[in-house]
Amino acid sequence: MTRSTSTTRKAASALTAAALTAITLAGCGSGDDPGSGAPAGSAADLDAALAEGGELTYWTWTPSGQAQADAFMEEYPNVTVTVVNAGTATEEYTKLQNAIKAGSGAPDVAQIEYYALQQFVLSESLLDVSGYGFGDLEEEYTASTWSAVTSGDAIWGLPQDSGPMVLLYNKEIFDQFGLEVPATWDDYVAAAEKLHAADPSKYITNDAGDPGFAQPLIWQAGGRPYQTDGTAVTVDLQDEGTKRWADTWNRMLEPGLLADVPTWSDDWWKALSDGTVATIVTGAWMPGILEGSVPDGAGKWRVAPLPSYDGSATTAENGGSAQAVIKQTENPELAAAFLRWLNSSEESVDVFLDNGGFPSTTAHLSSPEFLEETPEYFGGQKINEVLVDASENVATGWQYLPFQVYANSVFPDTVGTAYTGKSDLNAGLQAWQEQIVSYGSSQGFSVNK
Amino acid sequence: MPTRRRIHLAARRGFSVTRPPKSVALTLVTAMFLVYALVPIAWLVINSTKTQPDLFSTFGFSFGDSFALWDNLVATLTYDDGIFVRWLGNTLLYVVLGAGGATFLATLSGYGLAKYRFPGRKAYFAVVLGAVAVPGTALAVPTFLLFSQLGMTNTPWAIIVPSLISPFGLYLVWVYTVESVPTELLEAARLDGAGELRTFFTISVRLLAPAIVTVALFAVVATWNNYFLPLIMLSDPGWYPLTVGLNQWSAQASGVAAEPIFNLVVTGSLVTIVPIIAIFLFLQRFWQSGLSAGSVKQ
Repeated sequence: MTRSTSTTRKAASALTAAALTAITLAGCGSGDDPGSGAPAGSAADLDAALAEGGELTYWTWTPSGQAQADAFMEEYPNVTVTVVNAGTATEEYTKLQNAIKAGSGAPDVAQIEYYALQQFVLSESLLDVSGYGFGDLEEEYTASTWSAVTSGDAIWGLPQDSGPMVLLYNKEIFDQFGLEVPATWDDYVAAAEKLHAADPSKYITNDAGDPGFAQPLIWQAGGRPYQTDGTAVTVDLQDEGTKRWADTWNRMLEPGLLADVPTWSDDWWKALSDGTVATIVTGAWMPGILEGSVPDGAGKWRVAPLPSYDGSATTAENGGSAQAVIKQTENPELAAAFLRWLNSSEESVDVFLDNGGFPSTTAHLSSPEFLEETPEYFGGQKINEVLVDASENVATGWQYLPFQVYANSVFPDTVGTAYTGKSDLNAGLQAWQEQIVSYGSSQGFSVNK
Repeated sequence: MPTRRRIHLAARRGFSVTRPPKSVALTLVTAMFLVYALVPIAWLVINSTKTQPDLFSTFGFSFGDSFALWDNLVATLTYDDGIFVRWLGNTLLYVVLGAGGATFLATLSGYGLAKYRFPGRKAYFAVVLGAVAVPGTALAVPTFLLFSQLGMTNTPWAIIVPSLISPFGLYLVWVYTVESVPTELLEAARLDGAGELRTFFTISVRLLAPAIVTVALFAVVATWNNYFLPLIMLSDPGWYPLTVGLNQWSAQASGVAAEPIFNLVVTGSLVTIVPIIAIFLFLQRFWQSGLSAGSVKQ
């Protein structure tokens, strides 16, 4: 199964790359400020559109997607929303890019992860909803998720969930091997050494090379490798913070202290069940998944703040998605109205939370009911206190590349070789940077000039 | 004459085409191929009896703590309002219309090119031969752009229409027709007053049966396993075939909203290959006679 999955992924990422080439070109060709296209309107127009009704298509892979749409249609019976699961993450982006390029077949509203959002903004695929009074919603969201969906005055979607990073650890294994919960990455490396020396079949964590994992950790380490201003892009994957992460990770990668198991593979789920890996460095959405899909871990896992370099509480965002209105829509006001309900109404967010999602709305994050939850799976720990605390300590100033989906697709060919060879990550990062620079330049960006 | 002596020797030892000499090395190599082919299927059968926790916690080639084959089958067929049954229906639709149509068209045109003389025949032959050499995957993206201009993406036609073209099938029917449909027979039929269509359907099709079944088998297997084309053509899971649907289930195990259902992926894969194995076993005698067709000059 692992092999077929990776072949599929390769095929999919090759195709993504092919589709994106054309899209990025289209974005640069026009030379306009993409923010200039915001339709004029108001919040009242959206209410009118809801009353009038119509049909919408919504692409999402969120498990609560259909239930949210059902609740919406109950409240607004004149509107019909068709929920389509067009694939998870990059698979959906490929289809979305294809439909946008083809000029028809795109949904009205789609789920897009934060890291990929700028790419769709740049290709002028999304509708700027700032004209519909969405600016008033800013205070409802955490600062880091709001900044991920906005650029300047333009608003490209509304945040659904967030993933401030935390450390999940298997307390049973920690107790068995006398490990302390690490407060700093130095402690973490020491724990990795101690655990693997005591039992060579066990590892502190797994990491087979994953850009969606490395970049948040670079973010936490203070690295800001990407800066974008219009079509001028700066890439420095050897800045101080990025090196800090790579040097720390080298201390675990080179001696073989990291399990060579790709995250999300069947082997990985197995490793979580049987105790092969003792911790997961992950986003705040992970506890819900662990509880739902790894029943063998009941009672064993706990949540701790992410280790840091200096003992501070600084963390970063890992994953999370926004919903956005696709420019191709024939009914922008109705689509925007659905988007507003989907990610800011009490009814919708409640359905999302019931499905184990981790919100981006400050009202839910600070509600006593949420903070006081003591799930048995985590031994009765008030895990949401730890998770919410993390959401308040996300470092600011991070930017993704305007062609991040492509950049991530070549990560395995560059940084990935450092993982397979258990060699210096800095060399891999330099190779990755070369690929990013040459691709960006070929797409008409002015990279590192 | 060394050749004749060897044949003579072989005959004296009692070897023939139906009773070839036994070779230990050859038997071993064949046994290895057999193991190579059967091990994944054995894995699939064993693991479709496990619950997801058992999949994660027990050895791959031993049975789990519980025997959940029936539960898995029921869950596979009912998950997400029975979307798997819908995918099975879609695959059957694509196979019947796509592979059926491909066989029909390949038979008609292969026969026509073998038995009629008309201008441009040689050029056509060259194009068909060239088309045999181009892998379908290479054409997937251009085909997508073409279909999106016609507004036909995300419809069943986007899968069926490209499946109708089978240059290899056409070539096979052509070669087989040349070998096994005597022109004299057709001329006799014409003299007796039969029209061209009647000759084709009453005489030629029967003679061509092994070739038609072979082409149909190739087309059915290709359409049943078709993955890349539907992957890029379709965005609505309601039109997915089993291959793309199973991949969607598998991909559900990753990302922020991960919901792994590996037990359903495994059981669904088993259900997916059963019909194709059945078809193959049922039609394999035609397949064999079709493959050897034309290999010996009588």
